[in-house]
Amino acid sequence: MVDRNLQRAQRAAGVAEDAVRRATMPLRNFGFPYRAPTVPRGVEVPPEVSGLGAHYDTEWARRPLASSVRTAMVEGPVRLAARVLASPEIVGTDRLADLAALEDPPAVIFAPNHHSHLDTGLMIRSVPSAWRHKLVVAAAADYFFDKKWKAALSALSLNAIPIDRELTGRKSSDLIKRLVDDGYSLVIYPEGGRSPDGWGQDFKGGAAYLSARTGAPVVPVFIDGTGAIFGKGMKRPKPGRTRVVFGAPLRSEDGESTRHFNSRIEAAVTTLGDEAITDFWTARQRAATGTSPALTGPDHTGWRRDWALAERRKLGTAGLRRRQQRRWPDLG
Amino acid sequence: MPRPGFVLDVDKSTPPTLFWHGEGFRLEKLPPDRSRVIYAPEPHEAIDDIDGAIRASLLNPIDMDPLPSLLFPGMKLTIAFDDVSLPLPKMRRPDLRQRIIEQVLTMAADAGVDDVQLVAALALHRRMHEFELRHALGDRVYDAFEPRGLLTQHDAEDPDNLAFLGTTDQGEEIEINKRAAESDLLIYVNINLVAMDGGWKSTAVGLASYRSLRHHHNPTTMEASHSFMDQHASELHKSTWRMGKVMRDHGPKVFQIETTLNTDTFPQPFEFLSKREWEWNAKDRALFLGTAKSVAKLPARTARKIFQGIEAPHQMTSIQCGEVEAVHKVTTQNVYDQQLVEVEGQTDILTMGIPYICPYNVHSIMNPILVMCTGLGYFFNLYRGKPLVREGGVVILTHPTTNEFHPVHHPSYIDFFEEVLADTRDPHVMSQKWEKQYAEDDWYRHLYRTTNAYHGVHPFYMWYWGSHAMKHVGKVIIVGGDAATVRKLGFTPASTMNDAFEIASDVVGRSPTITHIKTPPLMIADVK
Repeated sequence: MVDRNLQRAQRAAGVAEDAVRRATMPLRNFGFPYRAPTVPRGVEVPPEVSGLGAHYDTEWARRPLASSVRTAMVEGPVRLAARVLASPEIVGTDRLADLAALEDPPAVIFAPNHHSHLDTGLMIRSVPSAWRHKLVVAAAADYFFDKKWKAALSALSLNAIPIDRELTGRKSSDLIKRLVDDGYSLVIYPEGGRSPDGWGQDFKGGAAYLSARTGAPVVPVFIDGTGAIFGKGMKRPKPGRTRVVFGAPLRSEDGESTRHFNSRIEAAVTTLGDEAITDFWTARQRAATGTSPALTGPDHTGWRRDWALAERRKLGTAGLRRRQQRRWPDLG
Repeated sequence: MPRPGFVLDVDKSTPPTLFWHGEGFRLEKLPPDRSRVIYAPEPHEAIDDIDGAIRASLLNPIDMDPLPSLLFPGMKLTIAFDDVSLPLPKMRRPDLRQRIIEQVLTMAADAGVDDVQLVAALALHRRMHEFELRHALGDRVYDAFEPRGLLTQHDAEDPDNLAFLGTTDQGEEIEINKRAAESDLLIYVNINLVAMDGGWKSTAVGLASYRSLRHHHNPTTMEASHSFMDQHASELHKSTWRMGKVMRDHGPKVFQIETTLNTDTFPQPFEFLSKREWEWNAKDRALFLGTAKSVAKLPARTARKIFQGIEAPHQMTSIQCGEVEAVHKVTTQNVYDQQLVEVEGQTDILTMGIPYICPYNVHSIMNPILVMCTGLGYFFNLYRGKPLVREGGVVILTHPTTNEFHPVHHPSYIDFFEEVLADTRDPHVMSQKWEKQYAEDDWYRHLYRTTNAYHGVHPFYMWYWGSHAMKHVGKVIIVGGDAATVRKLGFTPASTMNDAFEIASDVVGRSPTITHIKTPPLMIADVK
């Protein structure tokens, strides 16, 4: 009786062991159709169209459910993170008061300088509420949309749309035109990417081109301080203060070339940068005389450039760590 | 298309009329068939592109060269601007002064002008608090100029910073802010809320000293101003225009900027205050009830804070710059276009609800002197042609009129109320007997110069402001006011409107005609 039971148990264990072995057998041991077919010799397979990069379709992220999730994220974690990490001081939104007061505020293109991944979260949190919930962010297709999970996360959390860094491709600009027509405003970094060394980079013509194409005015924005908090190359953020300065909306004038309009946008952001570390009057005076400190920094190379950056950062409070709360001794 | 002003003949089906009552309201049923209510014109459309209009105006001034051509390197430029008394209620940010001054500064920077100063044209008003300056000028201008000492508030008692410019052919002395007087160009930024504001009154009053102001801020001039809203019938304006002539010959070059506002006075949820009662929908009625009931239960201080926090949605309807008189002519016409209401004939009884605010109690307390000034000085003078009430008629005001003063803003008012009014209520007598003592008191002078106090003489000016009305009417009754305080002002207290009509019958008989001027929103009655 005992022997028979033992035999049954041994058989059952054998079956289970066999099942586990089969289930855990590497997939590679299976052939086609479980694996990709092999390609016959002399046959060229046409390249598959990638659904990533600039081709990633973000339409789903603007549907009501995704929008609601994003609104909750923007008003909750994003706001909290911006406050904890960057303590933003937002100034100059009164320059947009006329547009914001309209019954249906028109779409605009926000063109900030770019020093850090924090910039996007900060912009979403700083943009006046008239535009905040219908805002898309132009994100580098090769960085934010190179993997499916990154693309989905960017589209959902930031309402990011992929854009080619080097050239504003037809696909990207068509998409942006359609979105602007639907009332979406855009955040685009005219520098094309984060600053490599803490100083700004020359503006590419993306914002100017898109403004001319869509008719939306460009709002120059200067973000001060994020480079010191979480600049390119930093492994972890160092919480500090930031200042976001909004400028007056700019429109392309009749017959104005994209290049010229782009230089006006760059000049406006430069003046706002000056305003962030000095004051309105000094910035206006220096802009009038062409002596505003350039966003791109001095022409020196090496340590002198870093030295000048440190000097500039000293002029403002942005980027500095918040003052430590004074702790009084417990005297009982 | 906004509707013009409207005079309603009250009949039996007319709903009760809303009266202001300080930080509260009253609904009063006026006697049918002999009462009328004057409603202000609806707000005109504001300019869409305000910044564009400002720029266009600066580049195309009236009877002067474009502003950029008046600016040059090495020049001394002074920008004066109206103080916290304008506009009422304060406007939503950005304030017009900020918009204009930022554009002027941008042009000055482009022209290479380094020596720029901003002066708040206070006259004898209190110094503005930092938050008020920031509201008027914006943070950008404030942060750029105040820390360097380039944003100042006019001090009418600083002998080192006053300049004497001369005397008019009638012996009126002109002494104004020295910096303004010695500038190559003085730009004055006005917000012309009513027809009285602007013109030469800006510089001749806003930047003047007591020595200069006493020539027109006196009972004789005020009594002869019929009214302040009609420059050609106002002795006050004639005096300042004479001073303007001297300033034109001996003073700085003045680039006048004047702006007019529409009468869009109350934001949500107070919009019902601008509507005619029979047009109130269920939401308006609910909001009225909610507001009136809750305000009545709140402590006075809290209610005051709520109302003083109102930021009006009124916005610019016109801007004109250039030569003072030419500019003011256009401005006055624009104010009239918005505010005039045609009214046929005078009335026996004029009623007015006194609101929570007047030019002199912004972020402060409406004390009894200011109640008098608002009713008899300002609202009574909201006419062109003839006063709304006949000579010898009765004025009925509604206001709590408590014996309450702001100790920081109105210190001399307290003594004026206790000391001067106990002695006399006659403007001429008090001007002779008491004015000098208050005007030259060292303590009041110290408070005016170093804190946020009105000048010692200011309560006298408030009393003089009502002298035309006091001379014109036979009786003044305040409904719902503190009886002892009202009596101290020389007026008659009444508990209800019907009691007030009963009291008035001694003067105007049993069936007088009654007119209620429902302001704010502001209007000017064009009485035929």
